[in-house]
Amino acid sequence: MPANRMSIRFKIRRQDAPGSPSYWQEFAIPYAPDHNVISALMVVQNNPVTTDGQRVAPVVWDRNCMEEVCGSCAMLINGVPRPSCSALIDSLTQPIVLEPLPKFPVVRDLLVDRSRIDEGLRRVRAWIEIDGAWDTHEGAPRISPIEWSANYLYSRCMSCGCCLSACPQFGPHSAFIGPAALAQVRLMNAHPTGRYDQAERLHAIMGDGGISDCGNAQNCVRVCPKAIPLTTAIGELGRQTTVQAVKDLFGG
Amino acid sequence: MKTTPTAIVIGGGLAGLWATLRIADAGFPVQLFSLFEVKRSHSVCAQGGINAVLDTKGQRDSIHQHIVDTLKGGEYLANQPPVKSMCEAAPGLIHTFERMGVTFSRTSEGLLDQRLFGGVKNKRTCFAGASSGQQLLYGVDQQVRRLESLGQVVKFEWWEFLSLLKDADGVCRGILAMDLKSLEIRAFPADVVVIATGGFGQIYAPKTTTSSHCTGAAASRCYQQGAWFANAEFFQFHPTAMIGRDKNRLMSEAARGEGGRIWTPRDPRDARAPNAIPEAERFYFLEEFFPAYGNTVSRDEASRAIWHVTREMGLGIQGTDRVYLDLTHLDRAFVSGRLGAILDIYRKFAGTDPLAAPMEIFPAAHYPMGGLWVDFERDADGGMRPDSPRNQATNLPGLYACGECDYAYHGANRLGANSLLSASFSGRVAGESVVSYLKGLDHRRTPLDQAGVAFEIARQQRLNQDLMRSNGPENPYQLHQALGALMTTRVGVVRVNSELATALDELRELERRAASVALGDSSAWTNQTLVFARQLQDMIRLAMVVAKSALERDECRGAHHKPAFKIPLPEGKFAGDPEFEDYRARWRANNDRWLKTTIAEFSAEGPRIHDEEIDLSIYPPTEPRDYR
Ligand SMILES: Cc1cc2nc3c(=O)[nH]c(=O)nc-3n(C[C@H](O)[C@H](O)[C@H](O)COP(=O)(O)OP(=O)(O)OC[C@H]3O[C@@H](n4cnc5c(N)ncnc54)[C@H](O)[C@@H]3O)c2cc1C
Ligand code: SF4
Ligand code: SF4
Ligand code: FES
Repeated sequence: MPANRMSIRFKIRRQDAPGSPSYWQEFAIPYAPDHNVISALMVVQNNPVTTDGQRVAPVVWDRNCMEEVCGSCAMLINGVPRPSCSALIDSLTQPIVLEPLPKFPVVRDLLVDRSRIDEGLRRVRAWIEIDGAWDTHEGAPRISPIEWSANYLYSRCMSCGCCLSACPQFGPHSAFIGPAALAQVRLMNAHPTGRYDQAERLHAIMGDGGISDCGNAQNCVRVCPKAIPLTTAIGELGRQTTVQAVKDLFGG
Repeated sequence: MKTTPTAIVIGGGLAGLWATLRIADAGFPVQLFSLFEVKRSHSVCAQGGINAVLDTKGQRDSIHQHIVDTLKGGEYLANQPPVKSMCEAAPGLIHTFERMGVTFSRTSEGLLDQRLFGGVKNKRTCFAGASSGQQLLYGVDQQVRRLESLGQVVKFEWWEFLSLLKDADGVCRGILAMDLKSLEIRAFPADVVVIATGGFGQIYAPKTTTSSHCTGAAASRCYQQGAWFANAEFFQFHPTAMIGRDKNRLMSEAARGEGGRIWTPRDPRDARAPNAIPEAERFYFLEEFFPAYGNTVSRDEASRAIWHVTREMGLGIQGTDRVYLDLTHLDRAFVSGRLGAILDIYRKFAGTDPLAAPMEIFPAAHYPMGGLWVDFERDADGGMRPDSPRNQATNLPGLYACGECDYAYHGANRLGANSLLSASFSGRVAGESVVSYLKGLDHRRTPLDQAGVAFEIARQQRLNQDLMRSNGPENPYQLHQALGALMTTRVGVVRVNSELATALDELRELERRAASVALGDSSAWTNQTLVFARQLQDMIRLAMVVAKSALERDECRGAHHKPAFKIPLPEGKFAGDPEFEDYRARWRANNDRWLKTTIAEFSAEGPRIHDEEIDLSIYPPTEPRDYR
């Protein structure tokens, strides 16, 4: 519980542009019990004056759905990567420290460039190879409820990047594709027709920056706001890639 | 040299991505624009599902019934051929989504499951857990990524559409867009433009269930450049949205359906915790107002009743815009089983447990039925002629519109789970129309006037510079709050002409104030306040269209409710009774006068309104609705 019930205090790491030095600023707004980090930042935005009384530029950050489903608003909150729309003020220690999501290049303030997530999805071919987006006048294959519930877990990945920012192996220093894209390989390979292209997807994660870069630190699962079983997926893919390697060797 | 014509799609929600797929499938290169990564589009918010008649639940559901439900739900305001084609196409669309790998929920046999949704009698709604919109969007997002890897689609994410480029004949030939990071303004020539930029619930902020980018600024810009805006007065309010400072979050109808009760303390000064207020001092107003239906009255009736109790009787909780939605009297295990997803949302965002204390709710702006006017061509079967370049075409040649930003499928009110369908269907149709349009183009068209393009770039840059330099007294974020409060109060759930006229005056005043802001940010890099200040001006101009269209329509129809013009059903009288026949005659006369599409055209003095006949060729309204 916050000690000071009269106000909500923030310490925010700011950065004016990529490559420029970062600096800290503090803000305080009147306390209300129903604030989350975004609604509180919106109050700051209405009148961006620091606790030192200095009028500054409004803080830059990203958001859209406010329902923890679009993945836009992830940032480091008191040292933990998480979506800010679902971070309730009453559950946070103050001053609430906000920093941009680590591992991604800062654009400005709390806004980062996550285009690497998209590149990863392209690299692993995270899609089903359909003939085209037209009717084929055929039903699609059946999927058992058990398979469905396993797959559904992975289909909720909203590309927020929290897992990537927590992963010690992922970052500007490495080519590791990271857990989110790996989990999508697991998902696509489980689909009845997605299986047809399983080998290509596995090859995409067998080389440099692929699955073998995972050090099994388990940080990713701990921070995923959607509770996606990332390490389970990585385990399954480990087996799939081993089988694939054998097939590749013997031309199976 | 003959070059391949190119297309621009603005918007990467369900509608824009469907349009992109169909255009790229046909071999035409697409440039796709979005304010952010397309997979973060507002479409992800939809939880409930998507309608399609599969008739797999032994209920003899039929496509005809889906058409009738949609038309009646919209109180006959929609042109009927597009609705017919949409309902017919729905099963095929679902199967295509399935082929894309969308994780639809399954029956024990592994087939698509369907559930009851949105006030219709049959189980007709496909869903994917509690995240249907997210799953559908990801299906098309993945396919667009596939085409991207083949070089058929180029994405421009973090770019904002600013204006249309037109040639000397007034034909749309590309757009001007701004890089939201560098603020560079660049011209993108193309042979056709599709706008799929979603809805505009943010004009009611924070009392809206929509995402923060649902400003309607893009559609407003097209309107200001001559595109017609139709049926803007029809905005669906969801009665039970959980109150929030950033936005109001949807609490599904299911909460009332499963036994939730809506009430407020009889004494607005009552400051006790809700559980400490005895039954006798609670006002269960839906049960009192509607003895037959109680808490399960329709969305519209519920919204109006809450409005009446809070704003007109002054009986909101402690005098505020809040009433209780109470589940605490129900069996915990039952509620947890049936309403798990809702309970989770409430716990997550309110931080309290709805099984321990009642939820606090209020109506919120949810879905605009109105939008950019689009055309269609009727075929011999009474539907839309496939591949006609007229389908989804706006009145500006070379500009197409689809998704929540068009007006075409929901008439005066939308059925639940019909808008993921209309977004997907209209996006697909727009893509197909664009292909026909591109194939029919004359390759010797007059080139775009380069001096004109340079002039437009300079004009847009000047708008930025003026805002950056402006040192007025206003803050754009505070003006947004003023806009939301004004629209909620005067152009909301219940409408009165004097209030609407005042709203128009106040909007003009807001427009003036929005021009004299101080951004408080002079940076030319990722200046979000600049971007928002521009959007705000366009939101205000769109809000004027809503207010003006509402002022002009003197009747009650669907979501547009003007009590002064209500034609009441005579109580206890039925067909044959003179009172009922009199009512029927008034109802007919009202339809003759008002069953028309409202069309707004931009002018410097404000929106100019005219109307258009509706194509009622499939299921004409012959009888008034009578739910008794
Ligand atoms: C809480 C909630 C729940 C819902 N639940 C359901 C449901 O269960 N069933 C149902 O059928 N419907 C539901 N709906 C409605 C449905 O989700 C939407 O109508 C539909 O998804 C809209 O899709 P769209 O493609 O038209 O627009 P959006 O998904 O809003 O996409 C708009 C796109 O336009 C882009 N854009 C906007 N402006 C610009 C610009 N200036 N420049 C460049 N790009 C721009 C954005 O980046 C975005 O990519 C719900 C709506 C809400 C609010
Ligand atoms: S388990 Fe692998 S992917 Fe997850 S955090 Fe650890 S190293 Fe990264
Ligand atoms: S796996 Fe989880 S943490 Fe990682 S991007 Fe997806 S939703 Fe975010
Ligand atoms: S705003 Fe969409 S996840 Fe937080």
